[in-house]
Amino acid sequence: MSRTMIILLALVAIVFAVSWAAKSASLDDQYDDYISRGFLITLAAFLTLSILSFLYKDNPFYKFAEHLFVGVSAAYWMSLGFWSTIVGNLIPRLSVTLSAFFKVPHIEDEYALYILPDKVSYFIPVVLGILLLMRLSKKAGWISSWPLAFIVGTTAGLNLVRYLRSDFIEQVSSTFVPLLVDWQGTGRFFSDFNLYAYGQFVTMLGNWVIFIGVLCGLVYFFFSKEHKGIFGGASRVGIWVLMITFGASFGYTVMGRISLLVGRLTFLFHDWLELIG
Amino acid sequence: MTGWIPRIIAISGSDIGIIISLVVIGGGLAWLLKQSIKAGDVDRRIVFLFIFISVSVPILFPITFSETATPIVKKLYDRIENLPEGSAVLISFDFDPAMAPEVQPMADAFARHCLAKNHKVIFMSLWATGQSLLSTTLQNVVRPEFPEKIEGVDFANLGYKAGNEGVLNVIVTNFRKMFPTDVNSIPLDSIAVFKKIRSCQDLDLIISIGGGKPGAKEWILFVGDPANVPMGCGVAAVTAPQLYPYYPKQLLGILGGIKGAAEYESELVRHYDRFADVKKPGLRMMGPQTLAHVVIMAFIVLGNISYFVTRRRGKKP
Amino acid sequence: MRRQVPLIITFFIGALLVISVFIPPMVSLKETFTLYFDIIAVFAFFLGGGNLLRVHLGKLYGKKQDWGFSLVTVAGFAMMLIVGLFKIGNPGGIAASITAEGSLFQKLFEYIMVPLGSTMYALLAFFVASASYRAFRAKNREATILLIGAFIILLGRTPFGMMLTSWIPEQLSILQIPNLAIWIMNGPNLAGQRAIMIGIGLGVVSMSIRILLGIERSYLGEDK
Repeated sequence: MSRTMIILLALVAIVFAVSWAAKSASLDDQYDDYISRGFLITLAAFLTLSILSFLYKDNPFYKFAEHLFVGVSAAYWMSLGFWSTIVGNLIPRLSVTLSAFFKVPHIEDEYALYILPDKVSYFIPVVLGILLLMRLSKKAGWISSWPLAFIVGTTAGLNLVRYLRSDFIEQVSSTFVPLLVDWQGTGRFFSDFNLYAYGQFVTMLGNWVIFIGVLCGLVYFFFSKEHKGIFGGASRVGIWVLMITFGASFGYTVMGRISLLVGRLTFLFHDWLELIG
Repeated sequence: MTGWIPRIIAISGSDIGIIISLVVIGGGLAWLLKQSIKAGDVDRRIVFLFIFISVSVPILFPITFSETATPIVKKLYDRIENLPEGSAVLISFDFDPAMAPEVQPMADAFARHCLAKNHKVIFMSLWATGQSLLSTTLQNVVRPEFPEKIEGVDFANLGYKAGNEGVLNVIVTNFRKMFPTDVNSIPLDSIAVFKKIRSCQDLDLIISIGGGKPGAKEWILFVGDPANVPMGCGVAAVTAPQLYPYYPKQLLGILGGIKGAAEYESELVRHYDRFADVKKPGLRMMGPQTLAHVVIMAFIVLGNISYFVTRRRGKKP
Repeated sequence: MRRQVPLIITFFIGALLVISVFIPPMVSLKETFTLYFDIIAVFAFFLGGGNLLRVHLGKLYGKKQDWGFSLVTVAGFAMMLIVGLFKIGNPGGIAASITAEGSLFQKLFEYIMVPLGSTMYALLAFFVASASYRAFRAKNREATILLIGAFIILLGRTPFGMMLTSWIPEQLSILQIPNLAIWIMNGPNLAGQRAIMIGIGLGVVSMSIRILLGIERSYLGEDK
């Protein structure tokens, strides 16, 4: 470890200790556990700044935070999965004794698989789950393809019908919108160029854009025919529509990322430094 | 003519802070323009510094704007408003801390609105992290602002279940098979909220709050469409544009990013006096958001000026 | 055995879930098999955790480069797992929610996972800004359209857009930037996203059919 690093570590440790003491003092009259709360807020601020330090360049503080995040996240998901689904769904169906131990109500035997009682049939996912864990073994890793096949088959079976209905049939049906309106005179047609009044022209223009836009967008994605002539023209319009779409997505992405930064800086200025009320 | 004198005197410390910061940002951008034309590029850390300043200034010296709900937000607000009292509304927390600054204000606003309207609210999550963030909403919003509401009677917390769309594929026909108990191991049959609810088909409205997978899209595909249940969503800005094809047929309304949250909060404040003094992070965040957008647009313009100037120079013999 | 059994499992479970949509008496069977899937999903979390440990413990034992950071990962993992699995410091005991108010697990989430997770993504704000400055150029017609679209949305989603164009009369209010942004979202954006959605939808459906019929086998790994 270089000398500069040691000095930096010492400085960070001092700032951390000062912040902990100051934060605890400021929380003294609000909470009983003000010392641990002061520590946790300081820790959160330290971790936030460690990640932000990456903006200057990659450094040990960032690496520390990054590695901590990976470890903590994995354990978080495992713990939640264990308590919510293993204890919440599996154990009540498998064992009275274990249900009593975990204080979850036992579920009376049902025969979801007709001939097998749940008490027995729910060993199927347990066995498949254990086989999945065999992936960690070099010799018996191949057998994990059985539960993997179950996962892939379930996902394919679920998606096949749902995507066909919601993302294909419904979308095609929603694209067939009225392209002409009842003519009620020029005044009515051209009045109300605003989004709230839905004047006839605005509505019709919107419907044309949707109909032509979807059609041309699909033409652009159709690669079995060369993009020439009318087909090429439609494909070109498709690109323009897609470019506006990507522009909108970019605008929204910027908005989202800024919001996250505002959230973190608000934490630093409000919760940690108490600069704002 | 003389009106400007008292106006200057009335400028507060906060306004001075903003003015100084705006001058710094404006001056900095002018310097950046000069540098861009001269050198063609600047250190990325200078760009980072600008973003830091433009976001920090409106946080430290708050600038607030009033918002009006756009039709896509208003429709969802109106649906919750017009549902008869005691309707069953499910709010799913399908997000993680990375999206929380954007979508947690939406979750809080929906929870406030539904409880104020005396709807029966069911909270759940398809993301493990959602369960912790749901606890945060219960702790910071539901319990302190609605002390009269009883868990189990007025709202229920089902927590998280693993399996993404697998969870939805079960609850669309049977809640009890997937959730034999609530998050505190209380059987669903003992919870008053679930007295008449067997599956998602018995719900009056589903709101998914999130921005990733599983999220609003999976709710539409696996529950909204097959069970024909009205749906709305509040999503991170990154996801919002992708959900527009579902609107208005498959989605009643969409709250997209912090702007959506701010619009919903403003609508709540307009109609409910009791929410005048509660925290409104969505509205508060619009100040920094606005300034940062302006600075980023300035970056795009500066970048393009630099590009065209450099290109013209390159063409010259 | 190594290839035939998985193909049979895939076909059986997939076909069952598809058929159950059309035959209501099979609903209970559909629920049960889906619940199996959900339970196996938790084992996948365990697999992920196990793999993480294997990688980082390997680095620790071998004293490979940056092994100290692997120690941080393992320590963080162990701390969260012990607190979570044993519900240490949980006010309501074993039956209460793991994320109950005041529980140690919830505190670790709030003060470690939240700052780390959200700051990691907040970093992107800086990189998006940098990319806007360096790479967002109106080089050709398509890029210019993209740029204009982005500009209108960026302006229209803030009060600043309204301030700039509030002078436009109500009758022509569609030309006000916020309204133009709404129109872009409901018109061209909707059309473009729908074209993408239909394309992806068809792709998912065809891929699902290929998987169920055993034509697509890449998930089983290479033939040996």
